[in-house]
Amino acid sequence: MLSLPGAEPEARDHAAIGLHDQPLLVAEGIAKSFNGVPALRDGRLTVRRGTVHALCGGNGAGKSTFLNIVMGLLHRDEGSIRIEGVPVDFRSAADALRHGVAIITQELSPVPEMTVAENIYLGREPKIGGLVVDFPKMRRAAKQLLDDLEFDVPVGACMRDLSLAQVQLVEIAKALSYRADIVIMDEPTSAIGEHEVHILFNALKRIKARGSGIVYVSHKLTEIFEIADEYTVFRDGRFIESGPISSIDRNHLVTQIVGHEIKTVERGQPNEGAPILLEVRSLSRGSHFKNISVNVAAGEILGIYGLLGSGRTEFLETVYGIHAPSEGEVFLDGKRVDPGNPKKCIQQGMAMVPEDRKDVGLVLCGSIAHNIALSSLALRAVSGFVRRKAEAAATDRMMRLNRIKAASPHVAVETLSGGNQQKVVFARCLLTNPRLLICDEPTRGIDEGSKQEIYAFLREFAAKGNGVLVVSSEAPEILQISDRIAVFRQGRLDHVVDGRETSQQMLTDLAS
Amino acid sequence: MVANTMSNVTSDVRSRKIAAVGPYLKSFSIVIVFVVISAFFAVANEYFMTWLNWVNLLRQSSINGILAIGVTFVILTKGIDLSVGSVMALAGMIAASLVTSTNQHLVLWAILAGAGTGAALGLVNGVIVTSFNVPPFVATLGMLSMARGMTLIFSDGRPVPNLSESFRWIGGGSVAGVPMPVLILFLVFAVGWIVLSYTTFGRYVYAVGGNEKAAKTSGISTRTVVASTYVISGLLAGLAGLVLTSRTTAALPQAGIGYELDAIAAVVIGGTSLAGGRGSLVGTLFGALIIGTINNGMDLMGVSSYYQQLLKGAIIIVAVMLDQFRK
Repeated sequence: MLSLPGAEPEARDHAAIGLHDQPLLVAEGIAKSFNGVPALRDGRLTVRRGTVHALCGGNGAGKSTFLNIVMGLLHRDEGSIRIEGVPVDFRSAADALRHGVAIITQELSPVPEMTVAENIYLGREPKIGGLVVDFPKMRRAAKQLLDDLEFDVPVGACMRDLSLAQVQLVEIAKALSYRADIVIMDEPTSAIGEHEVHILFNALKRIKARGSGIVYVSHKLTEIFEIADEYTVFRDGRFIESGPISSIDRNHLVTQIVGHEIKTVERGQPNEGAPILLEVRSLSRGSHFKNISVNVAAGEILGIYGLLGSGRTEFLETVYGIHAPSEGEVFLDGKRVDPGNPKKCIQQGMAMVPEDRKDVGLVLCGSIAHNIALSSLALRAVSGFVRRKAEAAATDRMMRLNRIKAASPHVAVETLSGGNQQKVVFARCLLTNPRLLICDEPTRGIDEGSKQEIYAFLREFAAKGNGVLVVSSEAPEILQISDRIAVFRQGRLDHVVDGRETSQQMLTDLAS
Repeated sequence: MVANTMSNVTSDVRSRKIAAVGPYLKSFSIVIVFVVISAFFAVANEYFMTWLNWVNLLRQSSINGILAIGVTFVILTKGIDLSVGSVMALAGMIAASLVTSTNQHLVLWAILAGAGTGAALGLVNGVIVTSFNVPPFVATLGMLSMARGMTLIFSDGRPVPNLSESFRWIGGGSVAGVPMPVLILFLVFAVGWIVLSYTTFGRYVYAVGGNEKAAKTSGISTRTVVASTYVISGLLAGLAGLVLTSRTTAALPQAGIGYELDAIAAVVIGGTSLAGGRGSLVGTLFGALIIGTINNGMDLMGVSSYYQQLLKGAIIIVAVMLDQFRK
């Protein structure tokens, strides 16, 4: 039977009130090993009705393993899970869903050729006479669901025509359409802009008020402090601590996640009169961005801030030569850069860390060594043959330099954590000895410890007289690392502000 | 300084050992399949394990092996080449026409013409795929029909017989007891293996198949790499056409029909992923040997060719199922 949104909320809400003091979900002593290597030693979580519970931890803390066990995707070696006091042991995600536990993962899985409504009710379409899909009913139900959540997505649109943010909202709506009691959200905001985050949080508040419990996983601490009621920290596969979020501050949380205090990276002093490294002269590309002129001096980190769809990613990709500009020129060290040719850009001294490391940054099935060497193979080759010794030495050096944690340089990149994967991308870029590093969302989906390492690295790189061009949708991040910030709005460069003298509020005001 | 160099050398040796073991383990399961199938036929038929039969088996597998090595390059980039059977027919036909008793050119010209025809048609495939964004399946399906049509037009539907003795040596001769087709197969395998394992081009083939966008962002000319794999596939199809024509001592307009399917089967049995980026030529070589062994073994047992087809198809599916199961 199709559970239509708004059709039967009362019955469940009453049940919820009756059991208010009993926790919704209690997991204790969960342990799991893979081939004898423990991934999770002692996972604990207690979720109460009507709360948002933040599950925090660095990469490799065991969060994913824990959540997969709760969802029935993995089998636990030890421990117990109870839902409203009843022990459960789910065999599959469908099983978990039947018991009112739904998950929204980072990995989106839309069917691109189907409409929004068809995607939401995939596999449980309302039918006429049990045979024919009742499209009008399905569309009404989907519209009702999206309206209730205040998600601005047309139900009749094809998924392929939606933006990444809209796809994410549809996935969220789909999970919520099951009217699950427990909703697990794994990095739900990694692909959406601030506007959508705001809409999502409003929706979460309504779901909370309905009596559901939400498990919220995010590396964005600002969000956790905004939406969460309670928190739990995992580190190295163990439960560390838990409590109401109002009783702690950001520093305390970071310290618990990382295990020691983190020093935030200091910005260098402005270097007046440094030579100009990158000069962009009135660059335009179709409808994406128009007439952008901006410079990066040697030793400078220039941040680019803008909302999703402001043309910031397209701008970076055009500077790097992935797309050819419709107008304008780019100069590096005074020399004109060949438009539309990443290979030439690399040879001239550029390197790019792209936005989506899985989609654009890495050959996931390839080894760490092969990925690191990919951009510089031609530089190291003798008449087409790879110089294997030089390559092995260079990868070794890069792995040590970037602190990439892996059993060997020959394991596939897909087996690494997000933070380590991103370090592999950085290593690949550095091996070509770039003068200008272009980074699009360099810390997306990675933990606080690795983030600070990346900030420190960027700072150090710039201090050697190189330049960095960095896009980030996180205002605190861009404020922390940038010397100057270029604010993009609807494909235009509106303002360039000083990173030291700008507040977060100012930045978000300028961008919207 | 010396100590530093030493430690570098040892860590290098260690990492290379690990590098060598990885693919070795992967291709291990296909070797087991090969051994099991051979053992079965050895028990079923006493003649199977003789030296003479193995020479024969290798010779029978050589044309499929050469084709499959070329197709492996294409499949590694996430592509497919359905045209190799027709391309080999055209290449063989053109080469044969230069070495008949009425048209007596140097064998070298015939070889160059055959191989050149294959490479040229491969280049056409490559350009259609990379510059016009036609899916590889469609582009090479079209070429499958076009090359066959060209063969029929060129030959007017008639075979070209009476080939010169020196040309017939390519497929019929032998060196130190090893038939020429087998020598050619091993030579092609060795060169292909070196290209894939030791050259930048080889790395780029794997990278483009694994993630084309990442390869492009890393500064690789992805179009050139992909187009080159079709040229390699076409070139090897041309070479296989020379061997086939020479062995049958006449160029037949209907030669090589369906050969592309056996070549793709050999690649897939050998563990190369149709999704691109994973696979090896060692696997492909054993894949071709497995298909050859099945054909040869069943011939010896007197299995009717109708049943042979049925069993061969089933064995291909089971071999790949086992491989999936192992993963």
